Amino acid sequence: MKEFGYSLSPSSRVDLDKVDKSKQNRLFALEPGFKKCMSCGSCSATCSAGNYTDVSLRRAISYIQNGQDQLAVNMLRNCMLCGKCLIICPRGINTRNLIRNILNVYGEKQI
Amino acid sequence: MNREILIIGGGPAGLECANSLISLGYKVFIVEKSAEPGGHLRKWDRLFPYGASASETLEKLLQQSNKALFFYETEVKSIKKSDGVFIATLSDETQLHVGSIVVATGFSLFPAAKKEEYGYGIYNGVITNADLEDAFKTGKKEFFKANRVGFVHCVGSRDEKVCNRHCSKVCCVTAVKQACEFKDLNPEAEVYCFYMDLRMFGRGYEDLYLKAQNKYGIRFIRGRVSEVAEDVDGCLVLKAEDTLTSRPLKVTLDLLVLMSGISKNPDNDEIALMLGIDTDEDGFLSLCEPNLNNNKTQVEGVFLTGSVTGPKTLPETLNEARAAALAVHKYLSR
Ligand SMILES: Cc1cc2nc3c(=O)[nH]c(=O)nc-3n(C[C@H](O)[C@H](O)[C@H](O)COP(=O)(O)OP(=O)(O)OC[C@H]3O[C@@H](n4cnc5c(N)ncnc54)[C@H](O)[C@@H]3O)c2cc1C
Ligand code: SF4
Ligand code: SF4
Ligand code: SF4
Repeated sequence: MKEFGYSLSPSSRVDLDKVDKSKQNRLFALEPGFKKCMSCGSCSATCSAGNYTDVSLRRAISYIQNGQDQLAVNMLRNCMLCGKCLIICPRGINTRNLIRNILNVYGEKQI
Repeated sequence: MNREILIIGGGPAGLECANSLISLGYKVFIVEKSAEPGGHLRKWDRLFPYGASASETLEKLLQQSNKALFFYETEVKSIKKSDGVFIATLSDETQLHVGSIVVATGFSLFPAAKKEEYGYGIYNGVITNADLEDAFKTGKKEFFKANRVGFVHCVGSRDEKVCNRHCSKVCCVTAVKQACEFKDLNPEAEVYCFYMDLRMFGRGYEDLYLKAQNKYGIRFIRGRVSEVAEDVDGCLVLKAEDTLTSRPLKVTLDLLVLMSGISKNPDNDEIALMLGIDTDEDGFLSLCEPNLNNNKTQVEGVFLTGSVTGPKTLPETLNEARAAALAVHKYLSR
Protein backbone atom coordinates (compact mmCIF):
# COMPACT_ATOMS: atom_id res chain seq x y z
CA MET A 1 0.00 0.00 0.00
CA LYS A 2 1.18 3.51 -0.79
CA GLU A 3 1.93 5.79 2.14
CA PHE A 4 0.48 9.28 1.70
CA GLY A 5 1.66 10.58 5.03
CA TYR A 6 -1.76 10.65 6.66
CA SER A 7 -4.00 8.04 8.21
CA LEU A 8 -7.59 7.53 9.28
CA SER A 9 -8.13 7.67 13.00
CA PRO A 10 -10.34 4.87 14.28
CA SER A 11 -13.90 5.98 15.02
CA SER A 12 -14.69 6.47 18.67
CA ARG A 13 -18.38 6.55 17.94
CA VAL A 14 -20.58 4.17 19.89
CA ASP A 15 -22.37 1.78 17.56
CA LEU A 16 -25.24 0.12 19.39
CA ASP A 17 -25.81 -2.23 16.43
CA LYS A 18 -22.54 -3.98 17.30
CA VAL A 19 -23.16 -4.66 20.98
CA ASP A 20 -22.67 -8.32 21.90
CA LYS A 21 -26.08 -9.07 23.38
CA SER A 22 -25.28 -12.65 24.36
CA LYS A 23 -22.42 -11.53 26.61
CA GLN A 24 -24.63 -8.85 28.09
CA ASN A 25 -27.33 -11.40 28.84
CA ARG A 26 -24.76 -13.61 30.55
CA LEU A 27 -23.79 -10.70 32.75
CA PHE A 28 -27.45 -9.85 33.48
CA ALA A 29 -27.99 -13.44 34.61
CA LEU A 30 -24.96 -13.33 36.92
CA GLU A 31 -25.86 -9.90 38.35
CA PRO A 32 -29.43 -8.82 37.51
CA GLY A 33 -28.84 -5.58 39.40
CA PHE A 34 -26.85 -4.29 36.41
CA LYS A 35 -30.05 -3.20 34.70
CA LYS A 36 -31.14 -1.04 37.62
CA CYS A 37 -28.28 1.46 37.47
CA MET A 38 -29.57 5.03 37.07
CA SER A 39 -26.16 6.62 36.48
CA CYS A 40 -26.31 8.72 39.63
CA GLY A 41 -22.54 8.60 40.14
CA SER A 42 -22.63 7.92 43.89
CA CYS A 43 -20.36 4.90 43.39
CA SER A 44 -17.74 6.90 41.50
CA ALA A 45 -17.91 9.74 44.02
CA THR A 46 -17.22 7.47 46.95
CA CYS A 47 -14.70 5.17 45.25
CA SER A 48 -11.44 4.75 47.17
CA ALA A 49 -9.50 4.14 43.99
CA GLY A 50 -11.20 6.81 41.90
CA ASN A 51 -9.09 9.68 43.24
CA TYR A 52 -5.86 8.07 42.08
CA THR A 53 -6.78 5.97 39.06
CA ASP A 54 -9.27 6.14 36.24
CA VAL A 55 -11.93 3.96 37.80
CA SER A 56 -15.61 4.84 37.72
CA LEU A 57 -18.20 2.11 38.07
CA ARG A 58 -20.85 4.45 36.71
CA ARG A 59 -18.89 4.90 33.50
CA ALA A 60 -17.93 1.22 33.32
CA ILE A 61 -21.62 0.31 33.33
CA SER A 62 -22.28 2.75 30.47
CA TYR A 63 -19.32 1.32 28.54
CA ILE A 64 -20.70 -2.20 28.85
CA GLN A 65 -24.11 -0.99 27.69
CA ASN A 66 -22.45 0.67 24.71
CA GLY A 67 -20.40 -2.38 23.77
CA GLN A 68 -17.09 -0.74 24.77
CA ASP A 69 -16.17 -3.72 26.90
CA GLN A 70 -12.41 -3.24 26.95
CA LEU A 71 -12.70 0.31 28.28
CA ALA A 72 -14.79 -1.06 31.14
CA VAL A 73 -12.42 -3.93 31.87
CA ASN A 74 -9.31 -1.74 31.80
CA MET A 75 -10.95 0.69 34.14
CA LEU A 76 -12.20 -1.89 36.62
CA ARG A 77 -8.75 -3.49 36.87
CA ASN A 78 -7.99 -0.63 39.26
CA CYS A 79 -10.86 -1.55 41.56
CA MET A 80 -9.82 -2.93 44.96
CA LEU A 81 -13.22 -4.51 45.62
CA CYS A 82 -13.40 -2.53 48.85
CA GLY A 83 -17.19 -2.40 48.62
CA LYS A 84 -17.73 1.28 49.43
CA CYS A 85 -19.83 1.64 46.29
CA LEU A 86 -22.02 -1.23 47.45
CA ILE A 87 -22.82 0.64 50.64
CA ILE A 88 -23.68 3.87 48.84
CA CYS A 89 -25.61 2.67 45.75
CA PRO A 90 -29.18 4.02 46.08
CA ARG A 91 -30.55 1.32 43.80
CA GLY A 92 -29.18 -1.39 46.08
CA ILE A 93 -27.04 -2.98 43.38
CA ASN A 94 -24.55 -5.60 44.56
CA THR A 95 -21.74 -3.64 42.95
CA ARG A 96 -18.91 -5.94 44.11
CA ASN A 97 -20.61 -8.91 42.54
CA LEU A 98 -21.25 -6.79 39.45
CA ILE A 99 -17.61 -5.73 39.11
CA ARG A 100 -16.38 -9.31 39.59
CA ASN A 101 -18.74 -10.57 36.96
CA ILE A 102 -17.94 -7.83 34.46
CA LEU A 103 -14.30 -8.94 34.75
CA ASN A 104 -15.32 -12.60 34.51
CA VAL A 105 -17.50 -12.17 31.43
CA TYR A 106 -15.42 -9.59 29.55
CA GLY A 107 -11.89 -9.94 30.96
CA GLU A 108 -9.43 -12.68 30.06
CA LYS A 109 -8.71 -13.68 33.64
CA GLN A 110 -11.29 -15.06 36.05
CA ILE A 111 -11.48 -13.47 39.47
CA MET B 1 -78.70 35.48 40.97
CA ASN B 2 -77.88 33.95 37.59
CA ARG B 3 -77.18 30.23 38.21
CA GLU B 4 -76.16 29.42 34.66
CA ILE B 5 -72.51 28.80 33.79
CA LEU B 6 -70.70 28.62 30.47
CA ILE B 7 -67.78 26.19 30.17
CA ILE B 8 -65.69 26.57 27.02
CA GLY B 9 -64.12 23.21 26.13
CA GLY B 10 -65.52 19.74 26.84
CA GLY B 11 -62.31 17.89 27.63
CA PRO B 12 -61.57 16.30 31.02
CA ALA B 13 -61.29 19.72 32.69
CA GLY B 14 -64.57 21.01 31.28
CA LEU B 15 -66.43 17.78 32.03
CA GLU B 16 -65.26 17.49 35.63
CA CYS B 17 -65.94 21.17 36.29
CA ALA B 18 -69.45 20.63 34.93
CA ASN B 19 -69.90 17.60 37.20
CA SER B 20 -69.08 19.61 40.29
CA LEU B 21 -71.18 22.61 39.25
CA ILE B 22 -74.17 20.38 38.50
CA SER B 23 -73.97 18.79 41.94
CA LEU B 24 -73.84 22.29 43.44
CA GLY B 25 -77.15 22.99 41.67
CA TYR B 26 -75.99 25.05 38.70
CA LYS B 27 -77.11 24.81 35.10
CA VAL B 28 -74.13 24.24 32.81
CA PHE B 29 -73.60 24.89 29.10
CA ILE B 30 -70.54 23.31 27.48
CA VAL B 31 -69.35 24.73 24.18
CA GLU B 32 -67.10 22.20 22.46
CA LYS B 33 -65.24 22.88 19.23
CA SER B 34 -65.08 19.26 18.07
CA ALA B 35 -67.90 16.79 17.44
CA GLU B 36 -67.33 14.79 20.65
CA PRO B 37 -66.55 15.40 24.32
CA GLY B 38 -63.43 14.12 26.08
CA GLY B 39 -60.60 16.14 24.55
CA HIS B 40 -57.26 14.37 24.41
CA LEU B 41 -58.37 11.67 26.83
CA ARG B 42 -60.43 10.17 24.00
CA LYS B 43 -57.20 9.48 22.09
CA TRP B 44 -55.33 7.62 24.81
CA ASP B 45 -55.43 3.87 25.47
CA ARG B 46 -54.07 3.23 28.96
CA LEU B 47 -53.14 5.89 31.51
CA PHE B 48 -49.88 6.24 33.42
CA PRO B 49 -48.79 5.25 35.94
CA TYR B 50 -51.15 2.36 36.75
CA GLY B 51 -52.48 1.43 33.30
CA ALA B 52 -56.14 2.38 33.86
CA SER B 53 -58.30 2.31 30.75
CA ALA B 54 -58.67 5.80 29.25
CA SER B 55 -62.06 5.03 27.70
CA GLU B 56 -63.49 3.75 31.00
CA THR B 57 -62.13 6.84 32.72
CA LEU B 58 -63.82 9.06 30.15
CA GLU B 59 -67.03 7.05 30.45
CA LYS B 60 -67.13 7.83 34.19
CA LEU B 61 -66.64 11.54 33.57
CA LEU B 62 -69.42 11.53 30.97
CA GLN B 63 -71.94 9.61 33.08
CA GLN B 64 -72.06 12.45 35.56
CA SER B 65 -71.85 15.34 33.14
CA ASN B 66 -74.77 14.30 30.92
CA LYS B 67 -77.00 16.83 32.67
CA ALA B 68 -75.01 19.65 31.07
CA LEU B 69 -76.23 21.10 27.80
CA PHE B 70 -73.60 20.46 25.11
CA PHE B 71 -73.05 22.53 21.97
CA TYR B 72 -70.81 20.49 19.63
CA GLU B 73 -68.82 21.81 16.69
CA THR B 74 -69.44 25.21 18.17
CA GLU B 75 -67.23 28.06 19.36
CA VAL B 76 -67.82 31.25 21.25
CA LYS B 77 -67.79 34.23 18.88
CA SER B 78 -68.09 37.13 21.29
CA ILE B 79 -68.66 37.92 24.93
CA LYS B 80 -70.15 41.05 26.50
CA LYS B 81 -70.63 41.79 30.15
CA SER B 82 -73.43 43.93 31.51
CA ASP B 83 -74.71 44.18 35.09
CA GLY B 84 -72.54 41.28 36.16
CA VAL B 85 -74.04 38.99 33.50
CA PHE B 86 -71.99 37.65 30.59
CA ILE B 87 -73.73 37.49 27.23
CA ALA B 88 -72.00 34.96 24.99
CA THR B 89 -72.78 34.65 21.30
CA LEU B 90 -71.91 31.27 19.80
CA SER B 91 -70.91 30.48 16.23
CA ASP B 92 -74.44 29.12 15.61
CA GLU B 93 -75.80 32.52 16.79
CA THR B 94 -77.18 31.09 20.06
CA GLN B 95 -77.02 33.66 22.86
CA LEU B 96 -76.32 32.50 26.40
CA HIS B 97 -76.74 34.68 29.50
CA VAL B 98 -74.51 33.32 32.24
CA GLY B 99 -73.24 34.37 35.64
CA SER B 100 -69.73 33.03 35.16
CA ILE B 101 -67.41 31.56 32.52
CA VAL B 102 -64.86 28.75 32.87
CA VAL B 103 -62.25 28.37 30.14
CA ALA B 104 -61.20 24.71 29.72
CA THR B 105 -59.93 24.69 26.15
CA GLY B 106 -56.85 22.59 26.91
CA PHE B 107 -53.67 22.18 24.90
CA SER B 108 -52.62 21.10 21.45
CA LEU B 109 -50.16 18.33 20.75
CA PHE B 110 -46.91 19.62 19.25
CA PRO B 111 -46.93 18.95 15.47
CA ALA B 112 -43.92 16.63 15.19
CA ALA B 113 -43.34 17.35 11.49
CA LYS B 114 -41.99 20.76 12.54
CA LYS B 115 -38.87 18.97 13.82
CA GLU B 116 -37.89 17.93 10.33
CA GLU B 117 -34.60 16.38 11.49
CA TYR B 118 -36.62 13.55 13.12
CA GLY B 119 -38.35 12.64 9.86
CA TYR B 120 -41.99 12.54 10.92
CA GLY B 121 -44.10 12.44 7.78
CA ILE B 122 -40.96 11.65 5.77
CA TYR B 123 -39.95 8.16 6.96
CA ASN B 124 -42.60 5.47 7.51
CA GLY B 125 -41.00 4.20 10.70
CA VAL B 126 -41.31 7.51 12.53
CA ILE B 127 -44.50 7.95 14.56
CA THR B 128 -45.65 10.02 17.55
CA ASN B 129 -46.81 9.12 21.06
CA ALA B 130 -50.38 9.84 19.89
CA ASP B 131 -49.98 7.46 16.91
CA LEU B 132 -48.71 4.74 19.26
CA GLU B 133 -51.65 5.26 21.65
CA ASP B 134 -53.92 4.87 18.64
CA ALA B 135 -52.11 1.67 17.65
CA PHE B 136 -52.52 0.28 21.19
CA LYS B 137 -56.21 1.18 21.07
CA THR B 138 -56.95 -0.25 17.65
CA GLY B 139 -54.50 -3.15 17.83
CA LYS B 140 -52.59 -1.97 14.75
CA LYS B 141 -50.24 -4.96 14.65
CA GLU B 142 -47.66 -3.87 12.08
CA PHE B 143 -45.99 -1.47 14.53
CA PHE B 144 -45.43 -4.21 17.09
CA LYS B 145 -43.33 -6.30 14.71
CA ALA B 146 -40.52 -3.78 15.09
CA ASN B 147 -37.59 -5.38 16.91
CA ARG B 148 -35.54 -2.23 17.45
CA VAL B 149 -37.48 0.69 18.85
CA GLY B 150 -36.46 4.15 20.01
CA PHE B 151 -38.36 6.74 22.03
CA VAL B 152 -37.32 10.37 21.67
CA HIS B 153 -38.13 12.56 24.66
CA CYS B 154 -38.75 16.34 24.55
CA VAL B 155 -39.99 16.62 20.94
CA GLY B 156 -41.21 20.19 20.67
CA SER B 157 -40.51 20.82 24.35
CA ARG B 158 -37.48 22.44 25.99
CA ASP B 159 -36.69 23.80 22.57
CA GLU B 160 -36.49 27.53 21.92
CA LYS B 161 -36.24 26.91 18.17
CA VAL B 162 -39.90 25.90 18.14
CA CYS B 163 -40.87 28.57 20.70
CA ASN B 164 -41.50 26.00 23.44
CA ARG B 165 -39.00 26.58 26.21
CA HIS B 166 -41.15 24.76 28.74
CA CYS B 167 -41.14 21.12 29.81
CA SER B 168 -44.35 19.29 28.89
CA LYS B 169 -44.26 17.30 32.11
CA VAL B 170 -46.24 14.24 30.98
CA CYS B 171 -44.04 12.91 28.17
CA CYS B 172 -41.22 11.34 30.22
CA VAL B 173 -43.62 9.07 32.03
CA THR B 174 -45.63 8.52 28.84
CA ALA B 175 -42.46 7.34 27.07
CA VAL B 176 -41.65 4.95 29.90
CA LYS B 177 -45.23 3.68 29.99
CA GLN B 178 -45.34 3.16 26.23
CA ALA B 179 -41.91 1.49 26.19
CA CYS B 180 -43.12 -1.06 28.78
CA GLU B 181 -46.37 -1.64 26.88
CA PHE B 182 -44.40 -2.17 23.69
CA LYS B 183 -42.25 -4.81 25.40
CA ASP B 184 -45.39 -6.57 26.60
CA LEU B 185 -46.53 -6.85 22.98
CA ASN B 186 -43.11 -7.71 21.59
CA PRO B 187 -40.82 -9.09 24.31
CA GLU B 188 -38.00 -9.63 21.77
CA ALA B 189 -37.70 -5.93 20.99
CA GLU B 190 -34.66 -3.86 21.96
CA VAL B 191 -36.04 -0.62 23.32
CA TYR B 192 -34.11 2.63 23.86
CA CYS B 193 -35.26 5.91 25.43
CA PHE B 194 -33.30 9.06 24.57
CA TYR B 195 -33.74 11.66 27.31
CA MET B 196 -32.11 14.82 28.67
CA ASP B 197 -33.53 14.55 32.20
CA LEU B 198 -36.02 11.99 33.37
CA ARG B 199 -38.84 13.82 35.08
CA MET B 200 -40.54 11.08 37.07
CA PHE B 201 -42.12 13.38 39.62
CA GLY B 202 -45.44 11.73 40.45
CA ARG B 203 -46.45 8.95 42.75
CA GLY B 204 -45.76 5.63 41.09
CA TYR B 205 -43.67 7.15 38.28
CA GLU B 206 -40.26 6.22 39.66
CA ASP B 207 -41.55 2.67 40.20
CA LEU B 208 -42.51 2.56 36.55
CA TYR B 209 -39.00 3.71 35.58
CA LEU B 210 -37.42 1.02 37.75
CA LYS B 211 -39.73 -1.60 36.24
CA ALA B 212 -38.82 -0.41 32.74
CA GLN B 213 -35.15 -1.04 33.52
CA ASN B 214 -35.37 -4.09 35.70
CA LYS B 215 -38.23 -6.10 34.25
CA TYR B 216 -38.22 -4.92 30.63
CA GLY B 217 -34.51 -4.18 30.14
CA ILE B 218 -35.21 -0.84 28.49
CA ARG B 219 -32.03 1.13 27.88
CA PHE B 220 -32.06 4.80 28.87
CA ILE B 221 -29.56 6.94 27.00
CA ARG B 222 -28.91 10.48 28.15
CA GLY B 223 -28.63 12.67 25.09
CA ARG B 224 -30.88 14.56 22.75
CA VAL B 225 -31.35 12.94 19.35
CA SER B 226 -29.78 15.18 16.73
CA GLU B 227 -30.99 13.59 13.53
CA VAL B 228 -32.58 10.56 11.93
CA ALA B 229 -31.96 9.22 8.43
CA GLU B 230 -33.10 6.20 6.45
CA ASP B 231 -30.58 3.61 5.21
CA VAL B 232 -30.79 1.58 1.99
CA ASP B 233 -32.87 -1.11 3.72
CA GLY B 234 -35.42 1.42 4.86
CA CYS B 235 -34.26 1.22 8.48
CA LEU B 236 -33.82 4.33 10.58
CA VAL B 237 -30.34 5.43 11.60
CA LEU B 238 -30.39 7.65 14.64
CA LYS B 239 -27.63 9.88 15.99
CA ALA B 240 -27.25 11.20 19.51
CA GLU B 241 -24.50 11.73 22.01
CA ASP B 242 -24.26 9.41 24.98
CA THR B 243 -23.50 12.31 27.29
CA LEU B 244 -22.65 9.95 30.16
CA THR B 245 -19.57 8.71 28.31
CA SER B 246 -19.15 11.80 26.09
CA ARG B 247 -19.25 9.79 22.88
CA PRO B 248 -21.29 10.25 19.74
CA LEU B 249 -23.58 7.27 19.29
CA LYS B 250 -25.51 5.69 16.46
CA VAL B 251 -28.12 2.97 16.38
CA THR B 252 -30.26 1.42 13.65
CA LEU B 253 -33.96 1.12 14.42
CA ASP B 254 -37.19 -0.16 12.86
CA LEU B 255 -39.53 2.18 14.70
CA LEU B 256 -39.05 5.59 16.29
CA VAL B 257 -41.65 7.13 18.58
CA LEU B 258 -41.52 10.91 19.07
CA MET B 259 -42.75 12.26 22.39
CA SER B 260 -44.68 15.24 21.09
CA GLY B 261 -45.18 17.74 23.86
CA ILE B 262 -48.00 19.81 25.26
CA SER B 263 -48.15 23.07 23.34
CA LYS B 264 -50.48 26.01 23.80
CA ASN B 265 -53.86 25.85 22.13
CA PRO B 266 -53.54 28.17 19.10
CA ASP B 267 -56.96 29.64 19.98
CA ASN B 268 -55.58 31.09 23.23
CA ASP B 269 -54.84 34.56 21.84
CA GLU B 270 -58.34 34.94 20.50
CA ILE B 271 -59.92 33.61 23.69
CA ALA B 272 -57.80 35.95 25.81
CA LEU B 273 -58.77 38.95 23.69
CA MET B 274 -62.45 38.05 23.84
CA LEU B 275 -62.42 37.75 27.64
CA GLY B 276 -60.02 40.59 28.45
CA ILE B 277 -57.42 38.26 29.98
CA ASP B 278 -53.76 37.65 29.08
CA THR B 279 -51.47 34.96 27.79
CA ASP B 280 -47.96 34.46 29.16
CA GLU B 281 -44.76 34.35 27.12
CA ASP B 282 -45.25 30.58 26.68
CA GLY B 283 -48.64 31.16 25.06
CA PHE B 284 -50.70 29.53 27.81
CA LEU B 285 -53.39 31.64 29.53
CA SER B 286 -52.28 33.76 32.50
CA LEU B 287 -53.31 33.31 36.09
CA CYS B 288 -53.31 36.45 38.23
CA GLU B 289 -52.14 34.74 41.43
CA PRO B 290 -50.41 31.55 40.24
CA ASN B 291 -49.04 30.67 43.68
CA LEU B 292 -52.30 31.05 45.49
CA ASN B 293 -54.91 30.13 42.97
CA ASN B 294 -54.89 27.97 39.84
CA ASN B 295 -58.19 29.28 38.48
CA LYS B 296 -58.38 33.03 39.01
CA THR B 297 -57.96 35.58 36.19
CA GLN B 298 -57.88 39.35 36.36
CA VAL B 299 -61.50 39.46 35.18
CA GLU B 300 -64.06 38.79 37.90
CA GLY B 301 -66.26 35.84 37.07
CA VAL B 302 -63.86 34.36 34.48
CA PHE B 303 -61.98 31.26 35.61
CA LEU B 304 -59.46 28.91 33.99
CA THR B 305 -58.97 25.21 34.49
CA GLY B 306 -56.84 22.35 33.20
CA SER B 307 -54.09 22.35 30.62
CA VAL B 308 -55.08 25.71 29.18
CA THR B 309 -52.72 27.16 31.82
CA GLY B 310 -49.85 24.74 31.16
CA PRO B 311 -48.98 21.03 31.01
CA LYS B 312 -50.91 18.93 33.52
CA THR B 313 -51.58 15.28 34.23
CA LEU B 314 -55.15 14.05 34.27
CA PRO B 315 -55.50 13.91 38.08
CA GLU B 316 -54.10 17.43 38.32
CA THR B 317 -56.52 18.59 35.64
CA LEU B 318 -59.49 17.03 37.43
CA ASN B 319 -58.51 18.53 40.78
CA GLU B 320 -58.26 21.95 39.21
CA ALA B 321 -61.62 21.46 37.57
CA ARG B 322 -63.24 20.82 40.95
CA ALA B 323 -61.43 23.82 42.38
CA ALA B 324 -62.74 25.97 39.52
CA ALA B 325 -66.30 24.87 40.29
CA LEU B 326 -65.83 25.93 43.89
CA ALA B 327 -64.34 29.24 42.75
CA VAL B 328 -67.42 29.86 40.58
CA HIS B 329 -69.66 28.96 43.50
CA LYS B 330 -67.83 31.34 45.83
CA TYR B 331 -67.96 34.09 43.24
CA LEU B 332 -71.71 33.71 42.68
CA SER B 333 -72.44 33.40 46.41
CA ARG B 334 -70.61 36.63 47.24
C1 LIG C 1 -49.23 11.83 24.76
C2 LIG C 1 -49.96 12.16 26.02
C3 LIG C 1 -50.37 11.14 26.87
C4 LIG C 1 -51.01 11.42 28.07
N1 LIG C 1 -51.31 10.39 28.90
C5 LIG C 1 -51.80 10.68 30.14
C6 LIG C 1 -51.96 9.63 31.11
O1 LIG C 1 -51.71 8.44 30.80
N2 LIG C 1 -52.36 9.96 32.37
C7 LIG C 1 -52.61 11.27 32.72
O2 LIG C 1 -52.91 11.54 33.89
N3 LIG C 1 -52.50 12.28 31.82
C8 LIG C 1 -52.09 12.01 30.54
N4 LIG C 1 -51.92 13.04 29.64
C9 LIG C 1 -52.38 14.39 30.01
C10 LIG C 1 -53.88 14.57 29.70
O3 LIG C 1 -54.11 14.29 28.32
C11 LIG C 1 -54.31 15.98 30.05
O4 LIG C 1 -54.10 16.20 31.44
C12 LIG C 1 -55.78 16.27 29.76
O5 LIG C 1 -56.13 15.91 28.44
C13 LIG C 1 -56.05 17.74 29.97
O6 LIG C 1 -57.43 17.98 29.84
P1 LIG C 1 -57.99 19.39 29.37
O7 LIG C 1 -59.48 19.30 29.45
O8 LIG C 1 -57.32 20.47 30.13
O9 LIG C 1 -57.52 19.58 27.84
P2 LIG C 1 -57.88 18.76 26.51
O10 LIG C 1 -57.84 17.31 26.75
O11 LIG C 1 -56.98 19.34 25.47
O12 LIG C 1 -59.40 19.19 26.17
C14 LIG C 1 -59.72 20.46 25.72
C15 LIG C 1 -61.07 20.46 25.02
O13 LIG C 1 -61.41 21.79 24.60
C16 LIG C 1 -61.82 21.81 23.25
N5 LIG C 1 -61.49 23.12 22.67
C17 LIG C 1 -60.25 23.56 22.31
N6 LIG C 1 -60.34 24.83 21.84
C18 LIG C 1 -61.64 25.18 21.89
C19 LIG C 1 -62.35 26.36 21.55
N7 LIG C 1 -61.72 27.44 21.05
N8 LIG C 1 -63.69 26.38 21.75
C20 LIG C 1 -64.35 25.29 22.25
N9 LIG C 1 -63.72 24.15 22.59
C21 LIG C 1 -62.39 24.10 22.42
C22 LIG C 1 -61.08 20.65 22.62
O14 LIG C 1 -61.74 20.21 21.45
C23 LIG C 1 -61.08 19.61 23.75
O15 LIG C 1 -62.25 18.83 23.72
C24 LIG C 1 -51.30 12.78 28.43
C25 LIG C 1 -50.92 13.81 27.55
C26 LIG C 1 -50.23 13.52 26.38
C27 LIG C 1 -49.79 14.64 25.49
S1 SF4 D 1 -15.37 -1.68 45.17
FE1 SF4 D 1 -14.05 -0.86 43.54
S2 SF4 D 1 -15.37 0.56 42.41
FE2 SF4 D 1 -16.36 0.17 44.39
S3 SF4 D 1 -15.66 1.82 45.72
FE3 SF4 D 1 -14.27 0.09 46.03
S4 SF4 D 1 -12.60 0.45 44.58
FE4 SF4 D 1 -14.28 1.78 43.94
S1 SF4 E 1 -24.31 4.17 42.71
FE1 SF4 E 1 -25.53 2.51 41.84
S2 SF4 E 1 -27.13 3.51 40.61
FE2 SF4 E 1 -25.57 5.06 41.06
S3 SF4 E 1 -24.22 4.99 39.26
FE3 SF4 E 1 -23.32 3.61 40.79
S4 SF4 E 1 -24.16 1.59 40.32
FE4 SF4 E 1 -25.42 3.10 39.24
S1 SF4 F 1 -41.58 15.56 30.61
FE1 SF4 F 1 -39.63 14.70 29.97
S2 SF4 F 1 -39.89 14.36 27.75
FE2 SF4 F 1 -41.50 15.79 28.38
S3 SF4 F 1 -40.62 17.80 27.99
FE3 SF4 F 1 -40.25 17.32 30.16
S4 SF4 F 1 -38.21 16.40 30.18
FE4 SF4 F 1 -38.92 16.38 28.04
